[in-house]
Amino acid sequence: MNAKIEGFSGNLIEFRDVSHHINDIPERVVISHTSLTIAQGETLVLLGRSGSGKTTLLRLINAMLLPSEGEVLVQNRATRNWDPIRLRRGIGYVIQEAGLFPHFTVAENVALVPTLERWERARIATRVAELLRLVGLDPREFANRRPRELSGGQRQRVGVARALAADPPILLMDEPFGALDPVTRAELQREFRALAQRLGKTIVFVTHDIREALLLASRIVLLEDGRIVAAAPPQEFLHLEHPEVRAFTASMEAPPGAPA
Amino acid sequence: MNASLSSGSFFADHRAEILGATVDHLALVLISMTIAIVIAVPLAMFIMHRPALRAIALGLANIFQTIPSLALFGFLIPIPFIGGIGKRTAIVALVLYALLPILRNTYVGLSGIDPAILEAAEAMGMTRAQILFRVRLPLALAVILAGIRTATIITIGVATIAAAIGAGGLGTFIFRGVALVSDSLILAGAIPAALLALLADFLLGLIERRLKVL
Repeated sequence: MNAKIEGFSGNLIEFRDVSHHINDIPERVVISHTSLTIAQGETLVLLGRSGSGKTTLLRLINAMLLPSEGEVLVQNRATRNWDPIRLRRGIGYVIQEAGLFPHFTVAENVALVPTLERWERARIATRVAELLRLVGLDPREFANRRPRELSGGQRQRVGVARALAADPPILLMDEPFGALDPVTRAELQREFRALAQRLGKTIVFVTHDIREALLLASRIVLLEDGRIVAAAPPQEFLHLEHPEVRAFTASMEAPPGAPA
Repeated sequence: MNASLSSGSFFADHRAEILGATVDHLALVLISMTIAIVIAVPLAMFIMHRPALRAIALGLANIFQTIPSLALFGFLIPIPFIGGIGKRTAIVALVLYALLPILRNTYVGLSGIDPAILEAAEAMGMTRAQILFRVRLPLALAVILAGIRTATIITIGVATIAAAIGAGGLGTFIFRGVALVSDSLILAGAIPAALLALLADFLLGLIERRLKVL
């Protein structure tokens, strides 16, 4: 169903000198002259403070936003030239608080894109059960529940299952674990890392938490005021000298009085 | 004691007539409400993403709602085709009266959806129409129904006044009762009208609560 975007190798996503201004007003710059290529199978983490432009960068990939200058290419085609609906059905999307549909059951939520793509019923049912097991939820127990009958962590698991439903090659995640308690959060991060390695998806992950970035990323891209100021794999990233990198690594140090 | 006895026998004697007027009244309300819903709900969808049109539509509906009902009937009577004495003019007025609560609630319900849900819907590749019919509309149903409930209560009330321009219904008894200084006649219209409004409020309230749980 998502054949158009499947089986592609090389640079899956490319930013070419991209700027984004709110409502195309030149003074309201959010992203400024940014170039970046994201390869097949990478887990790229966009790290930055609030307002640094990381969510904007993410939303430029699935054409929720279009660049004011430059081009964003997905599979060598500018997002401007994609049919946005087709493009988005090939890109999974997970957000904080999951954004599940409260009037749908868990199964219906997970089945959203396959249903929109008119898969056969039996195929959808099989896929939903498979995905719920994949994210650690027993289909017999959870399939017919409504989102409000789930804990925050369970909702987020359903959010991940929904994003993976039509087996998209790209997964965009905007602080997906940001609203969870620390214990659940660590649990989901560990599980997600294993899942990401197993599935081989290209993942673009937004966070302001450097620990999360170090744990999940194959490459960290640091944003400051709408510009990329550092890009490196986690181990190298820690040794970069840029002041914003230092600010982030300093934030990781244990608070005074905490056991080492 | 005497009065209540005579009222009681009045109700018994005129049972068929009262029942007929109640049915007339209900028909007036149902026809007007159906037309109002058919106009207001799609109109709310249409103006949702069009702020200029929205201001005009809500403003107009607000004006209709603000004009005193008897005055609105008065304004309509001289208008050719829709005006004149009788049911048709009454229905036009009742529809105009019912528009605002339905239009406003439908708009508020459709536009008041949690932004995270809409963001997810858009990002998953739903078209605008799919978002409207599969996400916004089902989630707005309880709020829309609350508007329909308010409009129904108003319509049942204003339909009583519609008797003044020859629309029939329960108001006929009340006006005749006032003219003839007959308490029994007034009550023969007032009691069923009040019961009708209370019943409609109760039943629509039940459905509304059911939808909210969803």
